[in-house]
Amino acid sequence: MPTPAAPLLTVRDLAVTFGVRGQRAVHAVDEVSFEIRPGQHVGLVGESGSGKSVTSLAIMGLLPKRGVRTSGEVLWGGRNLLTADPDELSRLRGREIAMVFQDPMTSLNPVVPIGVQVSEVIRRHEKADRREAQDRAEALLRQVGIPDPGRRLREYPHQLSGGMRQRVLIAIAIACGPKLLIADEPTTALDVTIQAQVLEVLKELVADTNAALLLITHDLGVVAGICDEVNVMYSGRIVESTTRNRLFATPRHPYTGGLLESIPRLDSPRGAPLRPIPGSPNQTIPWTEGCAFAPRCGNRIDECTSSPPPLKYEGDRDLRCYNPLSDPARAEAVQA
Amino acid sequence: MSALVSVEGLKVHFPIRSGIVLNRKVGAVKAVDGVDLEIEEGRTLGLVGESGCGKSTLGRALLRLSPVTEGKVIFDGVDVAGLRGEELRRIRQDMQMVFQDPLASLNPRQSVETILTEPLRAHGIAYDRRNRVRELLDQVGMPPSAAQKYPHEFSGGQRQRIGIARAIALEPRFVIADEPVSALDVSIQAQVLNLLEELQQKLGLTYLVIAHDLAVVRHVSDEVAVMYLGGIVEQAPSDDLYSQPFHPYTKALMSAVPVPDPRIEATRERILLQGDLPSPANPPAGCRFHTRCPFRQEARCDTERPELRLIGPGHRVACHYAEDIAAGRITAHEVTPEEVFAG
Repeated sequence: MPTPAAPLLTVRDLAVTFGVRGQRAVHAVDEVSFEIRPGQHVGLVGESGSGKSVTSLAIMGLLPKRGVRTSGEVLWGGRNLLTADPDELSRLRGREIAMVFQDPMTSLNPVVPIGVQVSEVIRRHEKADRREAQDRAEALLRQVGIPDPGRRLREYPHQLSGGMRQRVLIAIAIACGPKLLIADEPTTALDVTIQAQVLEVLKELVADTNAALLLITHDLGVVAGICDEVNVMYSGRIVESTTRNRLFATPRHPYTGGLLESIPRLDSPRGAPLRPIPGSPNQTIPWTEGCAFAPRCGNRIDECTSSPPPLKYEGDRDLRCYNPLSDPARAEAVQA
Repeated sequence: MSALVSVEGLKVHFPIRSGIVLNRKVGAVKAVDGVDLEIEEGRTLGLVGESGCGKSTLGRALLRLSPVTEGKVIFDGVDVAGLRGEELRRIRQDMQMVFQDPLASLNPRQSVETILTEPLRAHGIAYDRRNRVRELLDQVGMPPSAAQKYPHEFSGGQRQRIGIARAIALEPRFVIADEPVSALDVSIQAQVLNLLEELQQKLGLTYLVIAHDLAVVRHVSDEVAVMYLGGIVEQAPSDDLYSQPFHPYTKALMSAVPVPDPRIEATRERILLQGDLPSPANPPAGCRFHTRCPFRQEARCDTERPELRLIGPGHRVACHYAEDIAAGRITAHEVTPEEVFAG
């Protein structure tokens, strides 16, 4: 096996805290570290409020300045994006790192034609005149599977369906051939058949352009289809991080395991009752006092509520748990 | 067993009007266009389809929350579509609804106790305030202390439990759940689905569960109907539908659902539909699905609308060529996506 390439993006000990002076601070993201190598597809999975979107916004430098404190490092080509100046960031955004947002209606400008919105990125980052940028925009729309792109360029977002709008966003994101594409819930607002179309487009594009992908989603099914590496987040921290195959075959963190068992699946026997995770995501204890998942956890031991579990390397994955689910493969090996 | 709810030739058309003075009707959005359904007492029918297919309108029409343009909705021998005033109000005691977004469907200024007793007051039913509220909360797995709280004090899952408690307050026989879990976090969905099943067993409820998530519908339903652009394209017992779907749309829909298992994701066959859902104001002639169907045949699919017909025990499908596709006599071909304009 060739030696792995140097990471494209390194996130180290990222922490984001929201709070106005005088009020209790909210630790939205804490101790988040991961790497993305060129061409790699990494998933960031979690429920609402787990900090996955805040992580992506912090990487892109899109968090508001007031009332937000960030610490740690986001390294891109040797530079720390958290401390980079705004001009440098805006040269980077759209060109080297691009983002696809969840809701295509709110992230497109409703009063500007599609063609202008797509070519804007090209004209901003590259020396291209209007004509040339329009031609490239047309080619991009064709690439993401929009029929009759020439006419669509002159239309406005409201004239397009949800799936088409999401394709336009993807076209904008890939316009300058970014090395990293961050997709934040790119298909959550779409119907299943349209979701399948858009995921297919996304998959083909990242394969063709060899861009790395950071996919943020709550849907484990979407992750299973695309990502090589998966980070599972709970209440602002990564609780389990490993390759896709290991994660789905042998989930070790009780939260990951619980999620996989509680989802009704098309391929499981129908009579089997669902085993839900008890409680709700807002029933947590602060990470400083123990494991945030402890109040809902079936594997809880005394340690879980007395000291915060560290993220430790456990042979084949990073795990933040004192009493993980057993690993069947390892149990067999020990017995043999 | 007899059907508690049966729907015959139901149509719900919303007029499109134009002009200020004359206000002429220039067309109609055919949200529901000729649906036949039966739900047996104590069973669950799942209704799946993509947004805009008319599934919610169908559910609302059963309760007469949407006007019925044509057809019958027979509930326990009475045609609900023809009722009005006091008679309609009385029959609604037996038919209740659980809505998608519990935050939007619960009044933020009412306490849980007020929310749960309002249906009883509205229908003039005498009740023991204390005990009835406690009993309802207990049935949905909430502590009695919840009675004095307000909706914003609860999490999404708990709010949906309150929404369910309100729906069963009148001891209805038939409950329509419109996307009961789609607004909830993944780890909470299973709790609410289990609660719905538990209540059905305890109270002998009949359900119509409307959802876009095939896995959810399959899990809770005895029978599943698949809807496309105002019509039902396939209906079958849950296990049959998922083990052997006949309609090309059902197949495509099922193959589009991501499965949280990379081994299955890597190997399974995908039918990728091209294009978008056509507008229900101007649905395609013939089979509504022909514009996106990979098995479409010349001359028949685009002119003749297929009837829902029996193809196996309890399994009905609306496709001219269902048998030929199943036997492999017709193979899939390329589809050029047809232009669809968003409203």
